[in-house]
Order: sequence, then structure tokens, then C-alpha cells
Amino acid sequence: MLDAIGVGSVQEIFDSQIPAPVRLGRALDLPAGLPEQDVYEHLRELARRNVSAEDELCFLGAGMYDHYVPALVDMLLERSEFLTPYTPYQPEISQGGLQVMYEYQTAISELTGLAVSNASVYEGPSAVASAGYMAKLHNGRSRFVASAGLHPHSLATLRTYAHGFGAEVVEVPLRDGLTDIDAWSGAIDGDTGAVFFAQPNFYGLVEDAPALSAAAKAAGLGEGAPGSGGSGGGPAGQAPPVVIAQVDPITLGLLAPPGECGVDVAVGEGQSLGNRLDYGGPSFGFFAAREEFLRRMPGRIAGETRDVDGRRGFVLTLQTREQHIRRAKATSNICTSQALNALAGVVYLSWLGRRGFAELGRLLLARTHYARNALVALEGVEALHPLSRPAVREFALRLDADVAAVRERCAAQGVNPGADLHALTGREEDRGGLLVAITERRTRAHIDRLADVLGAAVAAERQGQAVGAS
Amino acid sequence: MQREAAVTIFERGAPGRRAFQCPALDVPEVDPGELLPAHLLRAAPPRLPEVSEPELVRHYVRLSKRNFDLDSGFYPLGSCTMKHNPRLHERVAALPGHARLHPLQDPPRAQGALELMYNLQQALAEISGLPHVSLQPSAGSHGELAGVLLTRAYHEDRGETRHRILTPDTAHGTNPATVTMAGFEVLALATNAEGGIDMDDLRAKADEDIACLMLTNPNTLGLFDPNIAEIAEIVHGVGATLYYDGANLNAVMGLSRPGDMGFDIVHFNLHKSFTQPHGGGGPGSGPIAVSERIAPYLPMPIVVRREAEGAQSNGKASAGAAAPIFDLDHGRGLMEARVGSRSIGRLRGFQGNYGCFVRAYAYICSLGAEGLKDASETAVLNANYLLARLRNETHPPLAEYLPLAYGKLCLHEFVLSGGPMKRELGLKTLDLAKRLLDHGFHPPTVYFPLLVDEALMVEPTETETRETLDAFAEAIAAILREAAEDPEIARGAPYTTPVRRLDEVAAAKNPVIRQAL
Repeated sequence: MLDAIGVGSVQEIFDSQIPAPVRLGRALDLPAGLPEQDVYEHLRELARRNVSAEDELCFLGAGMYDHYVPALVDMLLERSEFLTPYTPYQPEISQGGLQVMYEYQTAISELTGLAVSNASVYEGPSAVASAGYMAKLHNGRSRFVASAGLHPHSLATLRTYAHGFGAEVVEVPLRDGLTDIDAWSGAIDGDTGAVFFAQPNFYGLVEDAPALSAAAKAAGLGEGAPGSGGSGGGPAGQAPPVVIAQVDPITLGLLAPPGECGVDVAVGEGQSLGNRLDYGGPSFGFFAAREEFLRRMPGRIAGETRDVDGRRGFVLTLQTREQHIRRAKATSNICTSQALNALAGVVYLSWLGRRGFAELGRLLLARTHYARNALVALEGVEALHPLSRPAVREFALRLDADVAAVRERCAAQGVNPGADLHALTGREEDRGGLLVAITERRTRAHIDRLADVLGAAVAAERQGQAVGAS
Repeated sequence: MQREAAVTIFERGAPGRRAFQCPALDVPEVDPGELLPAHLLRAAPPRLPEVSEPELVRHYVRLSKRNFDLDSGFYPLGSCTMKHNPRLHERVAALPGHARLHPLQDPPRAQGALELMYNLQQALAEISGLPHVSLQPSAGSHGELAGVLLTRAYHEDRGETRHRILTPDTAHGTNPATVTMAGFEVLALATNAEGGIDMDDLRAKADEDIACLMLTNPNTLGLFDPNIAEIAEIVHGVGATLYYDGANLNAVMGLSRPGDMGFDIVHFNLHKSFTQPHGGGGPGSGPIAVSERIAPYLPMPIVVRREAEGAQSNGKASAGAAAPIFDLDHGRGLMEARVGSRSIGRLRGFQGNYGCFVRAYAYICSLGAEGLKDASETAVLNANYLLARLRNETHPPLAEYLPLAYGKLCLHEFVLSGGPMKRELGLKTLDLAKRLLDHGFHPPTVYFPLLVDEALMVEPTETETRETLDAFAEAIAAILREAAEDPEIARGAPYTTPVRRLDEVAAAKNPVIRQAL
């Protein structure tokens, strides 16, 4: 090979290309390579030092959930034909991947009730931030109003992005666990380019999405929402702010689709749909919108067309939005997204099917209801928000004891009772808060066990506190 | 590959068919209508497919057979580093201790994951020559966004407002797109006759309004910029940062480090240099490494190692008293992060694409220091061999029809111009690419970089054999010989694929992006 090139050594190639002062000139300070089985053992040892949802009874959620991933998802994702190609730049030999995108877009549109979906973005919180950028491109306004009911990671990510492209984020507080509609309307004015809320919100509660959307549009137009103190209002004829909702897709068999709730853009975390936890990723973000946003959407979009013989086929379409064509004028910088994870999503939705998806939603609702009632009945445990506010798969408690200590006691019993709310949000009102998530893997027996363990842990901590105080 | 007519999953099945059996309702049933007002409830279930498991499996397996993939054939897609994906990585990533670990598991009970991330941070720091790493970004473009936002934070912290960022005209499209998205203006730099940055242009444009220069080195022509030291000096001289697009890192691992070249920020594409499978367009992962002066602004959290003092026994962890403890550093706490921390904040949820970290880490463990260097050397050898093989072909004289756009040798990839081929044989680069499909090869990246007429960007990677490279060169020669006889054949290609050339104009003009249900 060197003869063909006309050099005496590979070294010679590097000598001709890279100036000596920037050559490393020493070996990297990394361990020597290992045979496959040694690497396997090392990675297995690291895995063993994690307590996964396989090892304990896990009620953690707060954005990612321990749902069952069917075996056929694993099997299909490991197929070389899905696992190893890249972005379908050559559609003639990428019909499989392109059709998967098209099917995925169909499923997301159907779930959200919105006309257009892209083929995936990275994950949930950055999808929220990307929707903000799209809104800025859409109406040029640089003031965002966001409900405190958004996931704290979504709020933080939105702020990070918005600081870059020059938008301000105004946070609207909750009242009894739901977005305070008066504060919401009051915060939205004619300069507001986009508003954001979550459904269900971060605390698991179902927002009155149609009311939030309507209030946003009215306040943005200066009409003021019914019963609101909204006093803003933009110039006559100005479009209202873009209404963006972060939605938990697993609830969409039960809850009204965002498209029917006045939402313009629905985004969210797709992990619940056939993706494993993976300590937080990779999963996928979904991004769906009304038709008018189609040409400002970020990311890949597959479209249907015909080949020269009239055969049905699929291509990447509307690429003039994208970075590799439009460069500085692109609607987003996203290139590689989450094709394989989106495949898991559409396979999972097809596996659940039309009936199964609705059944699963009702099962989660019933078990969530059961768990919430069982846990608030415990001594020293109460609902963080009024029980009249419905939860469909996750809910917040307040413990009359140190949350970290209670969680440690539960962990010793093999139960992870949920997430420490204050640690996640930093909000004073979340002190003592525990966010408990239910999936179809958590049976009644598991919930009963959680009640026993949590009840005992809270009692023990309270006793300890009482002893300490006396 | 499958050539049957396309039928979507929504067009299969029949009402009532299903694969999923819902777990038994073991708690009292709840009527959603009693819990929620009607306007918050879905009136009719979403019209998802109704198929049995055998139908579902068959549908997607057949679909898979309408894809070309790296395990089936050569995939020299320039700037994408389509190297072999070892299957060990899938096995270890699927271990329940990794795959079913919740991202909010308490650090004491996620020590394996945190140690893995810490080790990966350390390895990436060593490979890049930049000491501080954040694994958070989700892909290369996300890493770029992180880098430009870090640049913004750096200047703002110094009380400076800068508006423009330099990108060479050879840059990946993500660079200028990122600049705009992060609120800066793009100022393009010209390329000189040797394929590097036009130094006069750089000197003319570098001023106090420049926030950053984003550079790929080796660049998208596969060429290392010999003036890199001077470039760094000029950029730093006006107080700007120097950003390294790591898409082409596969050329220089263990041989040359961005940090030593003077870069302040680098992103890695774990799905390129570090064998995360490309997945048909993701998942990717785009960690960043930065110099000391940029470190205060890094996104949080970062994995840190603390020396244990009387470490308590945690869950299953069998750590002895002296074992170090790995933790997530959220910076100065969440509340402080909002009002005054210098961190740019979060770029996404949780800790990043951990599943990709597992694979990249397994790869680094397998190869070690020598293996990584060997990978880059072999990638460069393969690219130069393929380049030579094409140049030395006399029947037809490929060097005339498909000349190398710049330089004589290359690093891990090279760019040919199809201009002469188009003029003399009537064959466009697109036609050559489409005819390669009939020969069982994935074509190179085409029509990029934009400054090369009818560009073909070829990156063979280190995991291809000499026989494969020879066969690819022979296929190109055969296509050009065929075109000399009858160019119509290639112009009508491909013929053997599941579909033939598709009408992309019609698709964009009247977008049909979902199935009518």
C-alpha cells in the first residue's frame, strides 16, 4: 500500500501534513488496550456497581420512566440494517429508514393531533428550547413566558438557549400545583413571542391546557383572558404568541391531544415510548406543530414521493430548512438526531396498538390513583397539592421528615420511593416533596410494599427527630 | 434488497388485532370521566396500527431489508467516519446495570456509571489535550452550540460584546447554522490554493468584534492546516476563542491534539471517532473539552471524583473505605445557577447520552493508547491508498476525470472534483454516486464541500481492507469506462435498488409527510 502511495512509511504522510510543533510526540496517557472479554468483564463490573430498576423497586420518574420495553424492540434495533447506516442521504438504498421516519411522523401527528411532525430531535428539554427558537424565527419576538410547571431541566435548557439567541424567559408560578392562570395572563403581553407549559406538568398534575392556550392567545392580543388581570396586548393585527406544550406522550391515550387544546407546537421526551432508561439517554425528543410551522421546523423530515418508474418511495424533504443546505440561514443547526430511538418509539406504539395504548393509559391512571390514596393515608405523609387535582401517572407528596434520610431508609429496604423534589427544583415550596412515578411494571403488590416501607421510614425518621428534639 | 411496493404499518393489520397484552387491572378501576373534565379527555383513541406481533416483526424486518448498511458493505461517506461498530458495545450497553439505571438514581448507587463517565471524561481530555470535559451535548451540532455559548459566556464575563464568528468556507453546515442559533453573525473565511485558511483574509477579518473562529482540522478537504499555530496566534491576539469541530478527529488520535494546536474548545462525535453506531441518523453524542479559561462556564452537571474518607457502604456497591467516590457536580447549586453562576446552564435533561458513553468507553478500553493511534494511522493509510489507487488508474485515467481538489496527500479523507468527468464524459457526480449503488457501494459524500466543483468526499476509515478499497476503485473505473461507451446507463442509475431515482422536487413542492388515516 505504501508503494502505491509512493511513501516509505505512514510516518512520512504525517510528516508531510502536520507540522512538528503540534505533533504529540509521545504515547497517549491511557491504559493499554484489552481483549474483548476483559473489556466485557470491566463493563460488567461497572454495571454491577449501579443499582438499576432491575435491582430495586423503582418509583423514580420526573422525566424518564421504567416502562417495559418489548423484546421485539431490542431485536429490531440490533439489526445491522437499522443500527449501522447513517442519515439517509441516498434514498434509493435507505427506503427502510425513510419509511420508518414517515411512519413515526404519522404516529406523532396522530398522538398530538398536530399536522406536522419531524423525524425526531435529541430529547425532551432541548426540544422545548428548540421550539422557542422556532417561535423566535416565526414572529421575531424575544420574550418568552414559561410556566413553573415545566420540567426544571426544560426551564434550564430553555434559558441556556434563549440567552444565546437573545430571548428573555419569564417564569410564571404555580398555584396549588397548577399554572396560576391569572399570573399567566398577566405575564403575557404583546411582546411575548411564545408561551410554554407542560401537560401533565412536572408535578404530575393535569393542567387545563385549553384554558392556558386561550388565555395566552387572548392576553397576547391584548384582550385579556376572562377573569385575568392581563393588561398587555400587542399592536392590532399582530399574531398571538406561539403556544408550546411539553407533553408526556404516554398520557395521550387518555388526555386530549394538544392539537385540540389550542397548542401550536407540542414537544416532549419520547423515552416512555419503547426506550430504555440508559441513565438518561439516548432517547428521542418529538416535535410536532401546526401546518404553518412546517417550513421553520428543525430536523429531518421524510416525505412521500414516486421514483422514475412510478413506485412509491420516501425521501428527506424540505431540506432547504437545514444546515447542510442553508448554513447560516438554517432553521436549526441539528444534524444527527435520534433515528434509532424514534424507530423504537414507532415500533412500541405499533406493538401497543390502538386499543393497547388506551388500555395502558387507563391502567396507569388506576394504579396512580390507588398509589396516591394509599400513600397519603400514611402517618406523616400528605399530598403536596390538593387531591382534587388529578394526576395520571405521577404525583407529589410532602413528607413530614427529612426526604433524603427517608429515601436512604427506603433504599436499604430495596425500594426507591421516588425523586427528591427540592433537590430537583430548588424551590422552597418543594421542601419535603417526593415525586412518585407509576408505570405498568409497578403492580398493586409493589405499591403496597412502597406504602409499607415508606410509612415505616417516615415513622422512624419522625421518631428520631422527636428523640433528638426532646 | 426488498423491491416490493411500499406499504406502511398503518396500512397493515385489521381492527382488533394486537400484539400487546395489558397487565391485569389489579387495583380498583377509575373512570377517567369522574376524575377529569371532558374537555381534558381524549374523545377517541389515537388511530395507531392494529397488528399482531408476527405482522409487526415481519413488517419491520422487511423494511430493514430496504436499507443499505455498514455491516453489508463499504460506506465511505466523507466526514461521517463510518467505521465498524463492534458488537461487544451493544452487549455491554444492554447490561441492566447500565440500561435500566434511572438518571435520577442517587450518586452513591450509581457509582459504576459515574466512574465510567469520569474515566471517559479523563480519556477525552487526554486525547484532546484539553483538561475539562462535559459529556452533556447530544450530538456534534449540540456540542457546537455548547461551544459557541461558552464563547459568549466567556466574553460576557469579561464585559465584552462581540458579534461575529469566523467560519471557513469549507466548514460543515452545522458551524454557520450554530453561529446564527447562538445569536452571532457568520463571517466566512476564504480558502487558499493549498486548501487551508487564506491567511491574508484571516488577518483582514480578525478584529475585536470577532468572538471565535470555528475550525475543522484536518478540514473537510482532509487536509491539516499547516498554519495552525499562526492561526491560533492571530485569533487569540484579538481576544477570540478557537473552536475545534471534532468531526475529523479520526485522523489524528494519539498523533496531534487540538489543545496543543491552540484550540480552546473541542467537540467530539462519539458516533464517528468512537464507534457509537450511527443508527440511521442518531443517536449521537457530542461531548466537549475546554481549556482552563473556558472551564468556569461549562454546562452542569460534571462528574467529579472525590477522595473518600471512611466511605460508607452504599447499596450493592462493594467499595472499600479507601475507594474514591464519584459524584455529580451541579455547580454552585441550582438556585445559584440561575442568578450568578458562570455556567452556561443545561443543554438538555439529565447527564447526556449515557448509552453512547458506555460504547465509546468500551472502545477506548479495547484500543488503548496504542490502538487509538493505530486506528488513526490506518485511517490515513487507507485514505491515501485509495487516493493513490484512483490516481494510478489509467483505464480510464481517473486522475484526469476525477482530480484531487487540493494537495497531493491527505489525512483520513480526500475530496475529488467531478468537474472534468462531467465536462468530458457527461457524467455528473450524482450519476457516479447513483451508479455506485448498483455496484453495492454506498457513495461518498457528494457536493460537499461547496467550493469544490462536483465534489466527492471519500472517507474509507481504518476498518476496511485493502481488497475492499481495490474493489471500490475498480467500480469507479468500471463506471467511467461504461460512461465513455454510453453515459445514459449511469444517468439512469440505479437499477437494482428497492426504488430508483426519486422525485425530490415533487416531495418538497407538495409535502406529504404523514399517512392519511
